[in-house]
Amino acid sequence: MSSHAGFHVTKPGFFTLLQDAGRRGVMHMGLTSGGAMDRHAWAWANRLLGNRYGTPALEITFGGAAFTSGLNTQIVVTGAEVQLTVNGKPKPLWTTIRVNAGDSVSLSAPRAGVRSYFAVRGGFIVNTDLGNSCATVVREGTGGLHSNGQPLGQGDLIPCSDATPPAANRKIPSQWIPDYHEPLTLNVISCAQVDRFSEAVFETFFDNIYTLSPQADRMGARLTGPALEVADRTLISEGTSLGAIQVPADGQPIILLNDRQTIGGYPKLGAVTPRSLDALAQRPPGTQLRFREIPLPEAQQEERQFLAFFRTAGSV
Amino acid sequence: MRWQCQVTGIDTLTLYFGDRIDIALTEKIRVASEALSSKLGPRLVDLVPSYTSLLLRYDLLNDDYSSLLADVKSTLDDLPEHAAEQKDTGIIDIPVFYHPSVGPDLEAIAARSALSVKQVIQRHSNQLYHVFAIGFAPGFAYLGEVPQELETPRLATPRANVPAGSLGIADRQTAIYPMASPGGWNLIGRTPISLFDARREQPSLLSAGQQVRFRAISRDEFLALGGQIE
Repeated sequence: MSSHAGFHVTKPGFFTLLQDAGRRGVMHMGLTSGGAMDRHAWAWANRLLGNRYGTPALEITFGGAAFTSGLNTQIVVTGAEVQLTVNGKPKPLWTTIRVNAGDSVSLSAPRAGVRSYFAVRGGFIVNTDLGNSCATVVREGTGGLHSNGQPLGQGDLIPCSDATPPAANRKIPSQWIPDYHEPLTLNVISCAQVDRFSEAVFETFFDNIYTLSPQADRMGARLTGPALEVADRTLISEGTSLGAIQVPADGQPIILLNDRQTIGGYPKLGAVTPRSLDALAQRPPGTQLRFREIPLPEAQQEERQFLAFFRTAGSV
Repeated sequence: MRWQCQVTGIDTLTLYFGDRIDIALTEKIRVASEALSSKLGPRLVDLVPSYTSLLLRYDLLNDDYSSLLADVKSTLDDLPEHAAEQKDTGIIDIPVFYHPSVGPDLEAIAARSALSVKQVIQRHSNQLYHVFAIGFAPGFAYLGEVPQELETPRLATPRANVPAGSLGIADRQTAIYPMASPGGWNLIGRTPISLFDARREQPSLLSAGQQVRFRAISRDEFLALGGQIE
């Protein structure tokens, strides 16, 4: 019987959300995109299980979560370096793990990284009416398990199917697992409104270290560092792009992320590439960041490779 | 139709149709948006109209910047510079209970503009508004323009909680809060109808380029239509 099969949340952790590849075609209604913040870890979790790109998984921020399985299935946990246990026994990350009905799965707080992705064979079964996505957006009160934008809470049952045939046992080669302690330089492409900033401002931005502020969430990553002066501050609100680097009046840049507002009126210095945002999603507040400009074709090539690898592969 | 294009992200480009807020521009962007949507359809992952611009998001795996731009150009070049007048049949009617009990800034606006509350209501509801943009929150429509005498700056201190359905004024724009949220607009009334409902086939009642008129209703009608007064 699969109707009540799923994972019970016994400890929700600090902030646990159902996420997938994010919404499409709904920004004109003021609905944000949402989606997994670190697509790399999220996509690997699904791929190892033979799930297609876009399958909902749990995004567990700062670990500390526990679940009880209601079925016999396989799971993968990727992303932040947590201690993963099944019934108290340590299990590897980035590897398929068999679990049986009644088993308890726990994630500790991370030693490195910020976000863990917990995927199950066949994926979690959840409403995807908005923009063909389950994305949980707390600020909007949309999406997620109860279609109300709420993070997962104790006692929630996240349904999944026990009908999907088992996947082969897999893990990814260790050299493909990112080191989230590594110093990070974010790639930036040049965008509209570069003429709002002087040459000296770009030198300041690209030659200095900026620190990820504690006021960083799924909407935006606030940075602190040498102030950036905007020559012409008046901008009529326009549609926002993922990764856009906004510069408000105080000169401290903000990188717009998955849950950003759909329109905004601050001049933008450039845009951080999606692959760099994946890496940023695993850095805690206080992390020192550098920026480097790369040409648009190079950035697009890198992103196309990522999408081609994960999106066109289907089941492996 | 005249426009300029700029790269705004790895998979987005933004078309600019002018550089100041103008109802004629809103109409032009609506026409451009409809034409692009019907010609390019699924190639556009997202299409976000705003006051002077239109953001297009495409799928990097199936498309590229230059071929998309060429097709955008051929679509827009076929459109006239001045869009035909929108037909009145497209006007969305929104019932509003204008009253200090649900519009705590109504009396202050009246005092500020040396009008009676009744005159403020008449002037606000006689105006035909255009949707400049949707943003801030799902279904939140920036409407303009409010008659000059009702122009009111945002509150110095935003309210921590504005109830859903509240109608407000900020400068020469007016808007309804689709859901309860913090907000700094001057509140003058409340609508009983839902501006955003994720369960509807079209979750947002309004979209950019549409026209809106507010209709003053009584407290009884407001309550009969499901309106809430705390």
